[in-house]
Amino acid sequence: MTERERKGTRGSESESTETVEEIATDEQGEAITDRIDDILDEIDTVLEENAEEFVKNYVQKGGE
Amino acid sequence: MTDESQPKVMGTETEFGITVLNQADFNPVAGASTLVNSYAGKRARIKWSSDEESPGRDARGFGYDLTPAFDLESGLVNVVLGNGARFYVDHAHPEYSSPESADPLEAALYDKAGEVILARAVTAAQELLEQGQRFIIHKNNSDGKGNSYGAHENYLISRALPFGQVVQHLTGFFVTRQIFTGSGKVGAENGRPDVDFQISQRADFFEEEVGLETTLKRPIINTRDEPHADPSKYRRLHVIIGDATMSEVQTFVKLAATTAVLHAIEDDALPEALVIANPVDAVWQISHDPTLRTTIDMEDGRSMTALEAQWQYLEWVGKYVSKSPYAELFRDAMTMWEEILADLEKGPMRTADRLDWTAKQRILEGYRSRDDLEWDDPKLRLLDLQYHDVAQRRGLYNRLAAAGRMRRLFTDAQIDAAVRLPPEGTRAYFRGKCVTRFGDALVAANWDSLVFDIGEESLRRVPMMEPLRGGKDRVGALLDRVETPAELLQALGGNDD
Repeated sequence: MTERERKGTRGSESESTETVEEIATDEQGEAITDRIDDILDEIDTVLEENAEEFVKNYVQKGGE
Repeated sequence: MTDESQPKVMGTETEFGITVLNQADFNPVAGASTLVNSYAGKRARIKWSSDEESPGRDARGFGYDLTPAFDLESGLVNVVLGNGARFYVDHAHPEYSSPESADPLEAALYDKAGEVILARAVTAAQELLEQGQRFIIHKNNSDGKGNSYGAHENYLISRALPFGQVVQHLTGFFVTRQIFTGSGKVGAENGRPDVDFQISQRADFFEEEVGLETTLKRPIINTRDEPHADPSKYRRLHVIIGDATMSEVQTFVKLAATTAVLHAIEDDALPEALVIANPVDAVWQISHDPTLRTTIDMEDGRSMTALEAQWQYLEWVGKYVSKSPYAELFRDAMTMWEEILADLEKGPMRTADRLDWTAKQRILEGYRSRDDLEWDDPKLRLLDLQYHDVAQRRGLYNRLAAAGRMRRLFTDAQIDAAVRLPPEGTRAYFRGKCVTRFGDALVAANWDSLVFDIGEESLRRVPMMEPLRGGKDRVGALLDRVETPAELLQALGGNDD
């Protein structure tokens, strides 16, 4: 990831008081959202089908 | 002051979640056995002997059994790999115990190699499944239904260090380190209060401060004491309060920061102990607040956030390490630890390229906002699970990493080498090399010994009670020189190396 992307994706949640940082994050806001949508689209293509059934059937024995 | 010139030997154990898609009668023990056998089948199949067993003639035959060793009752499928690791079935899970390393970065690499081994085991086992079926292996710690399985860290510490001192200092560190060691989880379990999303997979399951248990009433500090080394010199600190981590940076910083804290404790370099008033509740309270604002009460009346506690540990340990013989070994880790804390402080999402819990949270929030999902939507739970899928194509962490969205520390070539070759600095080197070169003569292997059958009347046992011996510097030339296991044993003579 580049330094710009690492500025964070949800600037509004950052409690940083550094104005410069917040402006930088805001400027990136839109572009970063686009890139997250890209990865979500990619995940859509590999996500297991039928989430409800998958999650219901996913039972593990305790371990350790 | 203890043996300060000695680096800490460490390793990780991971129990993987296992399921087979579209297999109604799925049996996790049989499935895990199939995976281990399928992976080991193409390699030397050397039996891992448990500590309690004293090697003898009875051990014969284990190494030569070419039929898959399905032992459904005991789940005793248990092999040692050419990289020095142990790969076996434990409590209905496939488990990988990484080879010993004295370098946190290398230990993180061998932890990552375990994921690749599981992924390759899945590929190798696929031909045994019916059409439409598929193994799915998750490097996670919970099924979301109250069942948890472990990701343990092991650190060899000095026997001379009073255990009370370990407990006093480590409890506060372990309770608060989850802000950078957590893998993230949708929802709460084990009777803890409801929450949408929390920092740690494991936090809900800790119910005691100190104890021997690992499967119920799990303690923050586990007292299991099997050093797998000279017990008069060493204690193995068995750490059960940690999440299985996908991020290379996160695994590295987790291992390095913990090792550095242990060095500081051994050298009595922490000016005071941060004693939490109620550590068991603090574990889940911290985990349940991804904004990191929650404060915890300290025994001395102060209250502080987990982040503040970690800043304190970083300051103390950083100061100590910079003047220690390990300044170089820990330099990168100290920098990364500091960067992570600084970014968590500015806004946790800034760490989404390095920490699993924030990377996962970003995906979940992305789906929530795009598809307008409530937190109880099964799709979010599926995303939570699939983040940990070890499969290269389907695992969401792996997708993020492939897309350049997670910071990497290792190349694929380095990971591939770690799948095949042992670390060079510990006895894992001797173990791994013997497995690869003399596997036919190796009857059994263990953390602290190898047992050979070279056709003599009795089996020959090679003890390895010093984990820092048996590395390439000590036995590399010898292993290069000898051509048969008999020559190796003759050359070793009475030498315990």
